[in-house]
Amino acid sequence: MNNYLPSPADFLPLTTRDSADRLERPSMSYWQDVWQRLQHNRRALTSLFIVVALLLFTTIGPLVWQADPAQQDLEQISQAPNLGLRALVVDDFPEVRELAAGPVSPAQRLPPEKLLAPANLRVLGTAHSEGVHLAWDQVPGASGYQLYRHELNPSGPDDLGLPLITLRGTSLSYRDRLGLQTIEYYYSVAALSQRRQSPNYRTLAVTVGQAIRLSEASYRGLLASADSSYIGSHVQLEIHPLGTDYLGRDMLARLMWGARTSLFIGIVAPLIYVAFGLMYGGLAGYSGGHTDNFLMRFADFVIALPFLLFMILFKIAFGLGPGESGIGPMLIALVLLSWPATARLVRGQVLQIREEPYIAAARLMGASAPYLVLRHMLPNLMSVLLVSLTFAIPTAIFTEAFLSFIGMGVVPPTPSWGSMCNDGIRTMLSHPHELVFPALFISVTVLAFNLLGDGLRDAMDARMRGDS
Amino acid sequence: MLAYIGRRLLSGAITIWFIATATFAGMHMVPGDPLLNDKAVTPEIRANLEKVYGLDKPVLQQYVIYLGNMARGDFGISFTQQNRSVNDIIAEHFPVSATLGLLALLFAALGGITWGAITALYRDQMPDFVIMFFVIVFVSVPSFVFAAIGQLAILQVNDWLGFSLLPVAGWGTLAHMLVPAMVLGLGTMAYLTRLMRSSMLEVADADYIRTARAKGLTPGRIFFRHQLRNAILPVVTVLGPSIASITTGGFVVELVFAIPGLGRYFIQAVQQLDYTVIMGTTVFYGAFLVLMVIAVDILYGFIDPRIQVSRAVS
Amino acid sequence: MYKAFATLHTLIRGAVLAFVTAPCALLQAAPPAVDQSKNEIAIVMSQEPQWLNTVKATDQVSFIVLDHISEGLMTYDINNELVGGVAVRWELTDDKATFWLRKDARWSDGKPVTAQDFVFAWQQVANPANAAEYAFLMRSFTNGEAIISGDMPPESLGVEALDEHTLVAHLTSPIAYFLELVTFISFRPVREDFFRAQGQRYAADADKMLSNGPFILTVWVHGASLRMEKNPHYWNSSAIRLDAINVPYITEDPNARFNLFMDNKIVMATGLDKSATSMAMQKRQKLKSFRDGSTFFIEFNHRPGRATGNLNLRRAMQSVFDADALTYKVIGLPGNIPAVSLFPEWLEGNSQRLVEDFPPPAVVLDPAQGRRYLELAKQELGVEEIPPLSLLLSDTPSSVKQAEYFQDVMMRTLGLEIRLDRQIFKQRLAKMSAGEFDLVAAGWAPDYIDTMTFADLFTSWNLNNRGRYKSKSYDQLVRQAQSTTDKYLRNQAFGKLQSLIFEDVVILPQYERGYIYVQNKQIEGVRRTRVGGDPNYNYAWIEGN
Repeated sequence: MNNYLPSPADFLPLTTRDSADRLERPSMSYWQDVWQRLQHNRRALTSLFIVVALLLFTTIGPLVWQADPAQQDLEQISQAPNLGLRALVVDDFPEVRELAAGPVSPAQRLPPEKLLAPANLRVLGTAHSEGVHLAWDQVPGASGYQLYRHELNPSGPDDLGLPLITLRGTSLSYRDRLGLQTIEYYYSVAALSQRRQSPNYRTLAVTVGQAIRLSEASYRGLLASADSSYIGSHVQLEIHPLGTDYLGRDMLARLMWGARTSLFIGIVAPLIYVAFGLMYGGLAGYSGGHTDNFLMRFADFVIALPFLLFMILFKIAFGLGPGESGIGPMLIALVLLSWPATARLVRGQVLQIREEPYIAAARLMGASAPYLVLRHMLPNLMSVLLVSLTFAIPTAIFTEAFLSFIGMGVVPPTPSWGSMCNDGIRTMLSHPHELVFPALFISVTVLAFNLLGDGLRDAMDARMRGDS
Repeated sequence: MLAYIGRRLLSGAITIWFIATATFAGMHMVPGDPLLNDKAVTPEIRANLEKVYGLDKPVLQQYVIYLGNMARGDFGISFTQQNRSVNDIIAEHFPVSATLGLLALLFAALGGITWGAITALYRDQMPDFVIMFFVIVFVSVPSFVFAAIGQLAILQVNDWLGFSLLPVAGWGTLAHMLVPAMVLGLGTMAYLTRLMRSSMLEVADADYIRTARAKGLTPGRIFFRHQLRNAILPVVTVLGPSIASITTGGFVVELVFAIPGLGRYFIQAVQQLDYTVIMGTTVFYGAFLVLMVIAVDILYGFIDPRIQVSRAVS
Repeated sequence: MYKAFATLHTLIRGAVLAFVTAPCALLQAAPPAVDQSKNEIAIVMSQEPQWLNTVKATDQVSFIVLDHISEGLMTYDINNELVGGVAVRWELTDDKATFWLRKDARWSDGKPVTAQDFVFAWQQVANPANAAEYAFLMRSFTNGEAIISGDMPPESLGVEALDEHTLVAHLTSPIAYFLELVTFISFRPVREDFFRAQGQRYAADADKMLSNGPFILTVWVHGASLRMEKNPHYWNSSAIRLDAINVPYITEDPNARFNLFMDNKIVMATGLDKSATSMAMQKRQKLKSFRDGSTFFIEFNHRPGRATGNLNLRRAMQSVFDADALTYKVIGLPGNIPAVSLFPEWLEGNSQRLVEDFPPPAVVLDPAQGRRYLELAKQELGVEEIPPLSLLLSDTPSSVKQAEYFQDVMMRTLGLEIRLDRQIFKQRLAKMSAGEFDLVAAGWAPDYIDTMTFADLFTSWNLNNRGRYKSKSYDQLVRQAQSTTDKYLRNQAFGKLQSLIFEDVVILPQYERGYIYVQNKQIEGVRRTRVGGDPNYNYAWIEGN
């Protein structure tokens, strides 16, 4: 630095060159710039793809995956994700041969401690998900039998599992149909007398196979007809890639249709109230003075209403009729309670923009009011609106889920992610897929919109313009 | 200053009147009948019941009576618990919700500030990614899922330990409050973490930090005395509105953890169409929120000398 | 620089660790489920008792508490046998009931329980000023009807105290089940001086009530907890073995209740769902089942102008509705059994149970027959298609599930469109009373142990007959059963009623409700009951104490 010696050429005036004014690159509009910067934000871009994918999932999805979301399948209640099970075709009304012993007179009865374990506990016919027919031999001195079903091998007389039935009198057989799953069960039977149960019991392990009733198989088109000759054959059941719910309905189809409810409420409600807030806030900000004061005071009132409490209040106030899903009222309630935030935001922006020099300049040049609003105000508001919209969507989706959780959501059988979560939470332990999938969809959607909002905000932030 | 407070309180009173009117109108639009019960009653008994609750009078008169009583701070008698006044119910259940809410807020604020500071400190490093991942999870998963999982987790831990470390549900001691408050505060904590993180990063570029560094202050001192203290300010400003969302957001947590709070009571009252309780609770919450906002606004004037409350009237 | 941050990092980590773990050190001392040394147990309740005033109480939870802290003339013993409570001797005729009260029955302040306390209580129930929902029970006594409608003063009720310990009730008609009836909460004694002194606040708090039962309510923190302690003045206190019953938890959530049980905080958790039963089995808990005595059914709207007024339409639904599939697959919880009649299986018949003496007609599932009935119905109604029918239901998850199933069955077998009308509790009741439904999912729980509690449900004068079913022969059969105390004649009438309900398809029986529950192994003698407050711990004891 020290050994630089200025030359006389340093003090000559610069020559004017045309190239200084020439544009090297095409000029970029604001939106092009935003889009470009959004593209550099990998998280935001991924989120955008997810949002698009979700929209495709709910619009195109049902065309690809044509399972009927309302089709109940009592053969496959709460079935885990699978690629189609094989099922045994069984008779609708099987001939049930009830076994019974001769009457026992009270004099012949023994105290429970002296009763033996029932012998010869066996399954009559095949054990399948439509029924397990059990039979056992008479215990001398017993006045009845208690039948249990366990999912583990019993460890003692206090650990026999579900009490299925108390049979008083002489019955020696029972057909269990209670929510049978295709697993191994441990059936136990113990004799009763004097209202008490004998400590001696007999256990039988039974593996239950998947079955389907003949009429059901033909109704669902799995068999050509309901001809009884099909009994005993096997059919392939429908594929349930995400399992089934508590009435055996296909989860994937329900998620697709549920997305319509949840995304509809989540997207349409914010669209409406942001639009309303825009007009309201714009009007207030643009007119100013007493109108502004009055309008904003009213908005302050509405904003002060406790949100969830009023959501619930509105929900019951609308009083749904039979067959109504309740999506409309929920939408209206959301709009009624949520618009003031946007209105405030817009008004603030409008007040600010109104004072900008370029507005004054445009006015001087004789711009009309509509021109001012359309050309200058709206485009400048757009970024704020878009960002608040993307953040409003997750809130709306959560609200729907919350209302469904407390039983104030959409009315079944209309599916929604929120109500599916609510149903799934009760079977969280035994059938986790019923909670995990809808919760996952809610979470991913909320996440995507949040990240997209973040990205948009960054991309639209004028202060960062030209940064990247 | 006094004039300002007076003005704010007056507008607050008008707001509360608006809430009361909206609630009354909403309640009277609701189809259904709070006096019905599982067993049908004869018209005579019904007429007697209506008299007890003043439902036999015209709506306008009911409204006037309702406003008059409310102005005196009397919310009437519950329909389902006919021996208890709504005031009693609020007095008993609101402190529970408030305690839970405050604890949740404390948890959220402490957590949010700590995690936010850490993420800013380790920007784009492993701790940042891990914490921000959890933040994203906490923001995106509905609270009832966390509540259910939280309860299950306590059970599993107790089962594994062989004694009960924390109660599964109920209310009474600090141990009862811990997990519910955490579940309730998760969302806010995540939000505050994000806020704290960006605030910290913004402050890191500020002139006074550069000056402090140039002065040769130790990094620890810069971090605590300058960066952290200034970055906390925006976090504190959102605490006010968070109180509202947390106290009313307690519904789910109160339901799942069997906490006798006002939120749970409200939901039960809705099922029972308990007019007086619904109206009383809503108006009370509304008034509470309005007063909180006013109080927070005034407090800011004291915390941050840059804000002059008397001119902050819009 | 990095080093400074490293120490900071340790600092922060330490702080966080302290923040998370410190409060855990402040371990709480919630009572365990069973406290052997104090001879106390802890239980859970699903809701706060609404009002522990025997004159006005209507909810199950209040009944549970009241059955521990008050006692009527008659009561049930540990084996659910009807025995004398405050009454030591009684005599029931067609027009009169006389009770001789035991001299050692006392209130919790030591004063004796007198016949006058019963007279006063029953007058209060009938008194229209109290607007008691169970006032209708007092119609059994002379002038009861007139008092309820305000035409006569409450003092004119046909109940009198002959002396301190003799009570006479004048009946308007023979009541075979009168002794069972007086176990009901509304027939408990109330002491006038105390009742008047407390005014509106009577029984609103623990210190504003008197007790004449085995226990005294000593603590009542609204919405949070209760505590009942053994009543030293109770005449039979030697038979009461627990010293106190704590209710530290009130929660409607069955999962929370089960979790509390698994955490050994309460002695019993009832109403386990599928998840909880499965978990209980994994933990090798002993599971028990209990049927609460109620029947659930689909009720039709028989009002004129409703399609469901058509018998063939109802028959069509009857021939396709599968109560078995509903109970075993859709509900899928053990303890429930498919219902075949309005009358549950536990009701007593002549020498055995009613179902055995008079087996209910069985439904034959036949979709083809159902469609034939439907065609007939369409012709009779003069319509091309049956318009969509509305099914009114409450908003509990289980009733929603059942309704969705019903909707599906009717659509796939008959092509009938059912529209679900889910309403919150009170709105559903409002629609039920106004008749704004075609079908409604309903149930009935017994008020007393007698078939009549179910049988008179569909009489034309019963206000709980929400579908306004009206049949001369039904009314006549009920009157027949009400006019006598003869067991055989009454059961004969009930048997005919049962067939009539089936033939006329008044309702579609769905299931008899049952529960799976778990109970602490140290606790014995818990009484499960179909009427009044269930469960009852009056005679319970801790093993080893």
